[in-house]
Amino acid sequence: MKTMTLHVFDGLLLLSIVALAWASLATTDVRRSVILFMAFGLVLAVAWGRLLAPDVALAEAAIGAGLSGALLLAAVHRQPRPLSPVSSNDSRHQGPNGLSIVVRWAVTLLSAALAGTLAWALLHAFSSTPHNMLPQAISGNLAASGVSNPVTAVLLNFRAYDTLLELAVLLTAVLGIFSLGQATPGYQPAGPVFDGLVHWLVPVLILMAGYLLWVGAHAPGGAFQAGAALAAAGVVLRLAGRSRIGLPDGSALRIVMAAGVGVFLLVGLSLLLLGRPFLGYPPAWAGALILLIETAAMLSIAATLLLAFLGGQPESTGVKAAAKQQREEISL
Amino acid sequence: MINILSSILILAGVFFYLAGSIGLLRLPDLYSRLHALTKADNLGLGLLIAGLALHSQDLFTVLKLLLIWLAVLAASATSAHLIARQARRQETDS
Repeated sequence: MKTMTLHVFDGLLLLSIVALAWASLATTDVRRSVILFMAFGLVLAVAWGRLLAPDVALAEAAIGAGLSGALLLAAVHRQPRPLSPVSSNDSRHQGPNGLSIVVRWAVTLLSAALAGTLAWALLHAFSSTPHNMLPQAISGNLAASGVSNPVTAVLLNFRAYDTLLELAVLLTAVLGIFSLGQATPGYQPAGPVFDGLVHWLVPVLILMAGYLLWVGAHAPGGAFQAGAALAAAGVVLRLAGRSRIGLPDGSALRIVMAAGVGVFLLVGLSLLLLGRPFLGYPPAWAGALILLIETAAMLSIAATLLLAFLGGQPESTGVKAAAKQQREEISL
Repeated sequence: MINILSSILILAGVFFYLAGSIGLLRLPDLYSRLHALTKADNLGLGLLIAGLALHSQDLFTVLKLLLIWLAVLAASATSAHLIARQARRQETDS
């Protein structure tokens, strides 16, 4: 009876994931598409929970649904109002011209080929390797990893390379954001109700980030989830129209942006000097080193996500002062 | 005993969710839809969390569940207020 109910639940979950994904892609209204995408992310997070992967579920809910949704909504907000749905429906009824039919079929065939290859590779991977080998290898070495949460052990110890490269990707992304120039000015100051929420929500979010970072050593959590919570605090502050959203100014911001990769590399290289393999922590120090790297990574991740939400360089007080000085000189 | 009590609470919570969803789909205008959705969902979540709290192992879990409820209460009340205010402004503009 119990497994039966769970099967029904899983089936409904799968159906709603596919339906939401389809609806999000099929709608012509961009705003509706974004909101459906956020719902898709939330249902996907529940599916990760059902797969007993709470770490991924947390990351999906916080980054996939929450922050990506905020990012996409901000992008929609910045765009000029699209054509009204009626007129876009009209252009649809006119029928696609010859070129777009060819392109459409080519893309469909390519996607189908890609999906088939992925499915074949997955099937191959499942059938050729005994699937309990990896968990055994992890649980066998968990004691030496410095943490007791196997996910953190893999991300920050056994496969720390991968995480280092992920942080490098984030750093590259933030360089791209900086090249977009100055961020747009923020929103109007919020009314008393929203401002009241911000007053207590932001401290709670910061506390939650610290908790997620610390708890990652032995339970679901870690730098990515904590960074997302911290970035959410900044997003809420910006939405409430505050001029200060928690990002430091000038060179301090650059240091925070690079801290994740920097501390990671510093630890790895120091270990090389001490005659250990790159990022091969001595078991006695592993816990402390992982916490150190994760703290730096959390700050970098939060700064990156927040800068992505801003969509450009924050207008720092340093730049403002310089500009003001320049203006005064000109007027003199 | 605890099982029965928590089942009743969770079922009552599900009922409020259902009522809220039906209200969202069936009620005529934005304000009454907002009313149905936020009131019913907040109460539904409260009952759900009360039911789940009966199952939790320690006090810390209960406190975390309670924090979730309080956060959702504040967030949904605020967002309902913001949506309604925006709608009202657009009404007076036009």
